[in-house]
Amino acid sequence: MINLLLLPIILPFFFGIILLFFPKQIKVQRTLVTVGLIVSFISALILMAKVKSDGIQTVTLGSWPAPFGITMVSDMLSVLLVTTTIVITFFVVVYSFTGIDEEREKFYYYPAILFMITGVNGAFTTGDIFNMFVFFEVLLIASYVLIVLGGEKKQLRESIKYVLVNVISSALFVITIALLYSVVGTVNMADIALKITDIGQPGIITVIAVLFLLVFGIKGAIFPLYFWLPGSYAAPPMPVLTLFGALLTKVGVYAITRTYTLFFVHDTAMTHGLLSILAILTIIAGCIGALAYFDLKQIMIYNIVIAVGVILFGVAQMNDAGMSGAIFYLIHDMLIKGALFLLIGIIIAVTGTSNLRKMGGLMKTHAGLGWMYLIAAFGLAGIPPLSGFIGKMLIIQGAFEAGNVWGSIIMLVSSLIVLLSVIRIFIYAFWGEPVALPKTRRRSYRSLMMPAVVLVLISVAYGVGTEWLIPYMTDASDVLLNPSIYIDAVLKE
Amino acid sequence: MKTNDVILQTATKVVFFIIFLFSIHIFFAGHFTPGGGFVGGLLTTGAIVLLLLAFDLKTVQNALPFNFMIVTAIGLLLALGTAASSLLFNIPFFTHAFDDVYLPLFGVSALHTAMAFDAGVYLVVVGSTITMIQTIGGDS
Repeated sequence: MINLLLLPIILPFFFGIILLFFPKQIKVQRTLVTVGLIVSFISALILMAKVKSDGIQTVTLGSWPAPFGITMVSDMLSVLLVTTTIVITFFVVVYSFTGIDEEREKFYYYPAILFMITGVNGAFTTGDIFNMFVFFEVLLIASYVLIVLGGEKKQLRESIKYVLVNVISSALFVITIALLYSVVGTVNMADIALKITDIGQPGIITVIAVLFLLVFGIKGAIFPLYFWLPGSYAAPPMPVLTLFGALLTKVGVYAITRTYTLFFVHDTAMTHGLLSILAILTIIAGCIGALAYFDLKQIMIYNIVIAVGVILFGVAQMNDAGMSGAIFYLIHDMLIKGALFLLIGIIIAVTGTSNLRKMGGLMKTHAGLGWMYLIAAFGLAGIPPLSGFIGKMLIIQGAFEAGNVWGSIIMLVSSLIVLLSVIRIFIYAFWGEPVALPKTRRRSYRSLMMPAVVLVLISVAYGVGTEWLIPYMTDASDVLLNPSIYIDAVLKE
Repeated sequence: MKTNDVILQTATKVVFFIIFLFSIHIFFAGHFTPGGGFVGGLLTTGAIVLLLLAFDLKTVQNALPFNFMIVTAIGLLLALGTAASSLLFNIPFFTHAFDDVYLPLFGVSALHTAMAFDAGVYLVVVGSTITMIQTIGGDS
């Protein structure tokens, strides 16, 4: 099946289209979105097995020869990300059955999610830089729908900011691609890598590298371009925030990783040095934000920023340990952020507020929630054997090997601050004197807990089963460190 | 306030069909010359917007009783279906098939699957733009 690698993109799109026909029938919407995501997940698993056994899968659309048509490339990194994306979306959708109001469900909420997944999976899979722009637009337009859906005052205010920032960064993206095209004369990513090697990365290519960092940095929220993120992400309801927090910034991170390992590898002192410094600054800025707020959402949102910094710091090392650490941490962060945001959503639903000062004593009434939150929080901070540990350890090992001692120390300290920021939530919300809770139905609490608990368990399994996952991670980091594997896979036929 | 727009309305009744036929022409011309589903769709939308200007939202909704979201969905399905039919033949996605076929009345014509895809694009453009205009126009 030559088109296998397209199925995780096509299937969500197909089910999204079908859902457009019955916007008002909530039962049909819920059933079809669940079926669609399960089918997509199965196709992603089959694809992963195929990539594991046969190496990188490619298909060039429209049967054109490789550098001319749009090539879709599925290597281990992209298939891992695609699978994780579908898993997280599935749990967010299950959470949405009770976690979001029927008004939104009747107004194209599920189709918008499926279209966003189409864009996210497409951006992870494409091997053509202009096509990547197109998939970015697909996911952004779907995310505009999700952020504004409901039309609360706060949402409208923040969505204007969100749309404006993203429209500007998209314009910059096209300009950067045009500039790159004017230098190398191709938009096929493997071909670009080849052409840049031929001309040996003159100054203009380094300028383009920095421009790409700017473009993807706005989407991926690196320092100092994350300014729009805390406000905009706090506006939509919790399931949407979970999707955005777990997936959207990671697309930017993936794009930086891909371009900085495939194209711009000939002047790493400049480009990767800059990336490394920005990553450290991102971590510091995120830490300050995470400690500064007493608002659950804001604390978690600043933790997204920290994670972006950590992953990019790993990527910037350009060695074996750093790269596989970055991939480990990337997947871990998607899972654990998904789980934490869902748990935070439950805390907010139970207490009726997102202000830490107004809660307390939840341990007496909601012990299960407390324990799950504690496990997820430890996982986020990277306490062994939970999932954050191995990624961070490898990144720090890579940084020491590359001689970035100060960066590693800052990253180690940041882990403590991450732990402090999430444990602060635990202390304020779960310890102390119980506060009077608004009436919530016990059944809806249970159905909210179910997806969150399973996601926490998956992240625990991800941490405990590290040994079993290592072959997949080495496959992924091998391709990133040896661009020739990627180039050969695309251009050899 | 009741405006007297007899001239506009009378002219629109004729001009609408001219624009609409021209949009169909542009749609088919798009295969070898500038044009295609996107431009054709926009021209059709232009014709409907002219109707909206000359009459009012209610009249146009009675005259064209479609749910334009469904039109968009059908268009998407048509476009995706055309591209995805290559899945059945195990050839790369979006691969284009064509042949010269003898049709009565038209003589030997070149039939392309790209046309079906473009028809999908046409429906998506018409459906989504009219939905936007109706939503914004219906607010006031």
